[in-house]
Parts: sequence; structure tokens; C-alpha cells
Amino acid sequence: MRITRINTNIGEIDQQKVDLSSIDSLIEKYKNKKGNMIPILQGVQEIYGYIPKDAFLKVSKETQLELSDMYGVATFYAQFRLKPAGKHVVKVCHGTACHVQNAKELTVALQDSLKVSDGETTDDGLFTLESVACLGCCSLAPVLMIGDETYGKLNGDKAIKIVRDIKRQESN
Amino acid sequence: MENTKIIVGLGSCGIAAGAKKVYDKFLSIQESGNLSFDLQKTSCIGMCYREPLVEVIDSNGSYMYGEIDENKASEIIEEHILKNTPIVDYVVKADTFKTDDNAFIDDQVKITLRNCGYIDPENIDEYEARDGYRAIKKIAGHQVSRLDVIQTIIDSGLRGRGGGGFPTGLKWKFANNNKAQEKYIICNADEGDPGAFMDRSVLEGDPHSVLEGMIIGAYAIEATGGVIYCRAEYPLAIVRLQIAIEQARKKGYLGNNILGIHGFNFDIYIKEGAGAFVCGEETALIASIEGERGMPRKRPPFPAASGLWKQPTNINNVETLANIPWIIINGAAEYAKYGTDRSKGTKVFALVGKIARSGLAEVPMGMSIRDVIFKIGGGIQNNKKFKAVQMGGPSGGCIPEHLLDTIVDYDSVNATGAIMGSGGMVVMDEDTCMINVAKFFLDFTEKESCGKCTFCRIGTKRMLEILTRITEGKGKEGDIEKLEELSYQIKDSSLCGLGQTAPNPVLTTIKYFRHEYEAHIHDKRCPAKVCTSLLTFEIIPDKCTGCTICAVKCPTDAIDGARKEVHFIREEDCIQCGTCFAKCRFDAIKVF
Repeated sequence: MRITRINTNIGEIDQQKVDLSSIDSLIEKYKNKKGNMIPILQGVQEIYGYIPKDAFLKVSKETQLELSDMYGVATFYAQFRLKPAGKHVVKVCHGTACHVQNAKELTVALQDSLKVSDGETTDDGLFTLESVACLGCCSLAPVLMIGDETYGKLNGDKAIKIVRDIKRQESN
Repeated sequence: MENTKIIVGLGSCGIAAGAKKVYDKFLSIQESGNLSFDLQKTSCIGMCYREPLVEVIDSNGSYMYGEIDENKASEIIEEHILKNTPIVDYVVKADTFKTDDNAFIDDQVKITLRNCGYIDPENIDEYEARDGYRAIKKIAGHQVSRLDVIQTIIDSGLRGRGGGGFPTGLKWKFANNNKAQEKYIICNADEGDPGAFMDRSVLEGDPHSVLEGMIIGAYAIEATGGVIYCRAEYPLAIVRLQIAIEQARKKGYLGNNILGIHGFNFDIYIKEGAGAFVCGEETALIASIEGERGMPRKRPPFPAASGLWKQPTNINNVETLANIPWIIINGAAEYAKYGTDRSKGTKVFALVGKIARSGLAEVPMGMSIRDVIFKIGGGIQNNKKFKAVQMGGPSGGCIPEHLLDTIVDYDSVNATGAIMGSGGMVVMDEDTCMINVAKFFLDFTEKESCGKCTFCRIGTKRMLEILTRITEGKGKEGDIEKLEELSYQIKDSSLCGLGQTAPNPVLTTIKYFRHEYEAHIHDKRCPAKVCTSLLTFEIIPDKCTGCTICAVKCPTDAIDGARKEVHFIREEDCIQCGTCFAKCRFDAIKVF
């Protein structure tokens, strides 16, 4: 079931302090509009990269959206994060076509290279490794996506090289 | 030379294959100023297996070049543009001669994809130049009544391309019958079916055709608002839709009193999906637009009576809508000319998996699956043997070799136990384990089940546990029967399509590949050598060079041997992870 995706201990959701004033205009824009909950949560995530606990509280206070409803929605959809993500989110496609073309090899290779499990972020905060359902580039399977960039026809070694190249650019 | 055009295919697939670099290369040559040619962009051309694709149109016609990189781009400039001699070796399609790739193209009929690969999707003028917005102009100019528009769509026999196959015209009629101040038309662009990407291609390659389809639908049912519910995983599609909506507003195709039709006020906005497969279901999609968890609601009331914000709502899929303008311009009879008795027109299939020519193919309904896979798709990669084709994604099933002559129409595909679905065809060869495939889909539906219905929520979990245990060699007597029993219970007791169809991949694999299940359960053997727990790994002494890579990579240190000497796997410590097999560069690991 979708809710089982939550593997976060709520207590440790986030210790980071965030600047809550950044979401003022967002709240202003969507306040009192019907169907505003998902756009607000998407907006908050756009700003912080995840949805901090304090942002939940602030949005709830200022828009009268129920905290429990918001948490329900945020944990239902795959898009929302409750923990900070790495600077680059590596989305390894596990759609059918990628599965048949051995997408597992990419995940295993990246887990090995980045020293994280699926869904985790590296210690340096650079990468989050994720498995996702179809990215719609099935003819180039297996593929992965970093930011808006899609990489196709990969194998374990090529996947590692992409991540290493980004790491090298970051350190320059 | 003035009029030579170079067109680069910049769909998501093309860009992933390196088309952006090729485009930039041409751009830098153009900007260097020594040569004059027009450089243009288009989107997916459908021949994904040849990406990146570059089309050169000169006075002799069109030449489509495949698998172009920056070096080949320079060659095209040198030979074709400067010396006027096309590089025949790189050509995949041309006006003046045939290539091997014509097999992919010749039997296709492009209606949905009529503009994909021909126009710059970010330029409304190019859409208009190819009959774009002529359908809605025809309706406005001839004052075609709403009911006549609906009747045309009914007569065309167009059925919902998202998978359900419900007649589109009837759906419009129901929505038209329900009178209300506010009404909505929604485009379902939440293409969540893994292995299908035709909606993405249409949205990226021809967004205006979808908008025009929605505008015509809005006119027919008297909708006041339009929403496109698009997956957030398709960033390029969203950008191009935004551009298209902006352009359509400027030209007066969206707004108030559209094209002079008094009182026809309609606008469209995009709602980004947040990632949930169940939102492909109509009522769940509506709940999601309303900002709630995407959980299906009980029907009736159907959305046509009470949908978004409790107003009459009509939901159509991207591919369905893209057909509408064509039908209005060319007439219902012209569309119904293609297809079978009960499935008219054409259908776009995404050919993927172990197929030689993967890509998007639009064929008339009624073609055999064999022709689609072997004639158009070129058969199986690397001369392997065909095993099955999976149609309909997680709601569909696996069709075996002896049913390859099944024709593609809704009813014939349903009869096999699979479904047409959105049109994904994932081809599997002899190296694919069918239990592993069934497990893959159950893993997907188990995660995506919204949790509302007990049988779907818990039943899929139990089924997944049984499948997992079978693939690990712990399958028990009676497991197959247990899977069947659970399947029927889940089908009978789920509210929405997700649950009702979730067991299909398991049922069809049991039906057609029961011997594989039995081999796993009784003989503890995986015939396709995929389920590693059931395999034994051994090093072939003659081939081992003693490079030590297997010993280094083995997670349980189960491999002994000195450098440059033959290595051995200690069976008692081996966990059958397959790492040594994957890492060995000398094919020295035997699996059985």
C-alpha cells in the first residue's frame, strides 16, 4: 500500500532550521482557493527540496488546512519528501522495459559506488538514490534521470561514470 | 542551398540519446556564418531505436539520418550540405529510395501521430500549416451543432485510448445530457503505465492537437473549464503544453466567445500530478485535482453526472483527444475505414523490451500482434527466441507465442486475458523468467494500491509474498492454486480498475506458463536462469585467467584462488547473488 513508503522516524524528520518567510508569497497566492493543498505542498517542496515540519505547521496555521490532511496527502504521493534530499536526485527507472533490460544492475552499481541504499542520501549531501516507476524513455532502457536530464542505454559502469562526472564538476 | 532545412528530433528520448549536442553542433556551424541553411527543431519521430535523428530536406526531398553524433553531424555538413551528396549509409528513411528501416514505417498509418516529427511543437504556425485548428474553425464557420459533433465522434467508432475502450462519443453524449452552470473536461495525461510512452510523445511533439481536441470536446459538452492532469515526471511535456496554451490564448482559440461562437468561453490549465498510478482512474484523478489523496470513489454517480467539484465532468486520454480534430476534418467514415468491426481507427503502440526496433508505431486496428512485433518491430534482439509480449502494463497480461496471430482490437486482446491498455508492448525473450515478471507487476500494484479496499490492499501483498517465495526456491505445493484463488477474490472485491485488474499478470502467466511455475516450485529450477537463488555458479577452469575480480567483488568471500591461478567457488558460502557472473570478463562462470 502507498502509505508503507513512509520509512521515516517522525522525530528525526528534520533538524535543520529553514527560513519560513520564503513561503509567504506561496501561501498568499493559494490561500482560500479550492484544491490548493497539492499546489501548496508542491510549492513548498520546490523551495526547500522537501517539506520541513515547520512549513507544515505554518501552512496549516495560515490556510486552515488540517495538518492531518496535509500529512495524509504528503505521504500518499511519491513526489513528496519529508527529509532533505541530496543536491542531485538520481532516479533510476524501474518501469517494465527497464526491468526487462536489467535496471537492477544500475541500482546495485550505484548503491555500491555511492555507498547508500535505495532512497538514501550520501553523507556529503550530493546525491539521493531513488527507484522510480516509468520515466517514459522505454526505448532507451535502462535509463536514469538526474534533474531534468535523462540518460539512456546504460549499464552499471556507465551509471557510475555519470555520477562520478557530476561529482568531479561539483568539486571544481 | 538557400532552402536546405536541417531538422533535429528533440523529444525526451532524442535528448537522452544526445540530440541536444547534435543540435548545438549544427547551431554553432550555422552561427559561424559561412553556410546558409535553416535549422529547426521537432519532437519524437517514432523511430526511437535510431535516435538521435536528423532530417535534411533539400531540393531532392527528405533524408532522415539515424544515430547521429557530433562527428556525423560535421560529415553531413561536409558531404550533404556542401557537396550535395547525401550520406546513404546513415540514411534511415528517404523520399527517393528505400532502406531496411522502411519495414518499420511502411505499414503504419499516422493519424494520432500525424504531426509528430513534422512540426516544431513550440510553434503554433507550424501546427496551423498542417490543418491545425481547422477542425474547430470548421465547427465555428459552418455552425455545426453540438449534437452533430457528438454524432460524428460516435459514428467514427473512436474508443477511449487510455485502456478502458469506452466509446468516446457516448461519453460526450452523457456529459452533454447533464445540464449545469459549470462543467469540466479533463485530459488524462497521467501516463503511469510502465512501458508506454505514446502520450508523452504526443504531448511533446504535438501539444496543440490535444488542446484542439479538448476545445472541440468542450464545445460539444458545453464545458466551462479544462484541466490537463500531467505527470510531473514529464517536465518537457509540461513546458511545451504551457507554451502551447499561451499561444492558443493569444490566437483566440482559448478565451471568451471562441472563434465568434457566442457564449463559448473556455480555458485550460495544467495540473501537475504528484506521482500515484491510481490517479489514472477517473474518480481518483478528480480527487487529486481537488487536492486530496487520490483515492477512487464509488460510482455511480459517474463523473459525467457529478465529477470535479461535483459538476458534470468528462475525462479523455491524450491519444483519444489527439484523434478528434482529424476526425472532424476528415469525417467519421474516413476514420472508421480503418480497423475492425468493433474497434475502429488506429492505435499507437510502444514497442519496447527485447525488440530489435523499439519505438512508437501507429497501426490500423486489426493488424496481428505478430506483424506488429516481427514486421514492424523487426523481431527479437540478438536473434534470441520470442517468449511473450506483455500488453496493458500492470493491468494486462502476457501473450505467448501460440497466440501471436491475435489481432489488435479491444475484444480480441481481452480474450487472451491481457488488455489493450494504453498500448505498451513489452517484448520478452527466452531469457525472461515469467514468474519474475509477474512478481515485478505485483510489486508495482502492491505499492500503488491506495489501500481503500481490503482485498486489493492485503491480497496483493499476500500474492507478492507467495511469488517472492517461489522465486527464492521456497515455493510450496498448492501455491499456484492459492494465487488463483486470491486473484479472483481481488478481482471481485475491488472498487476500481487497479484492483480489478491487478491479478491479470499473474493469471495470464499461470495460464500460459504454468510449467515455469511448476519448475520453480517442484524442481527448484528457474528455466530462464533469472532467479539467482535457484542457480548454481561454477568457474570453468579452462577460461579462468585468475584476474581475481570475482573474488574481490564476492560479498561473502566465497571465492578462493591466487592471482593468475584458477579460482574456485565454495558452494557452501555462495549466496547465489550472481555478482561473479556479472563481473567476469572472460565468460568463465557457468550457471546452471
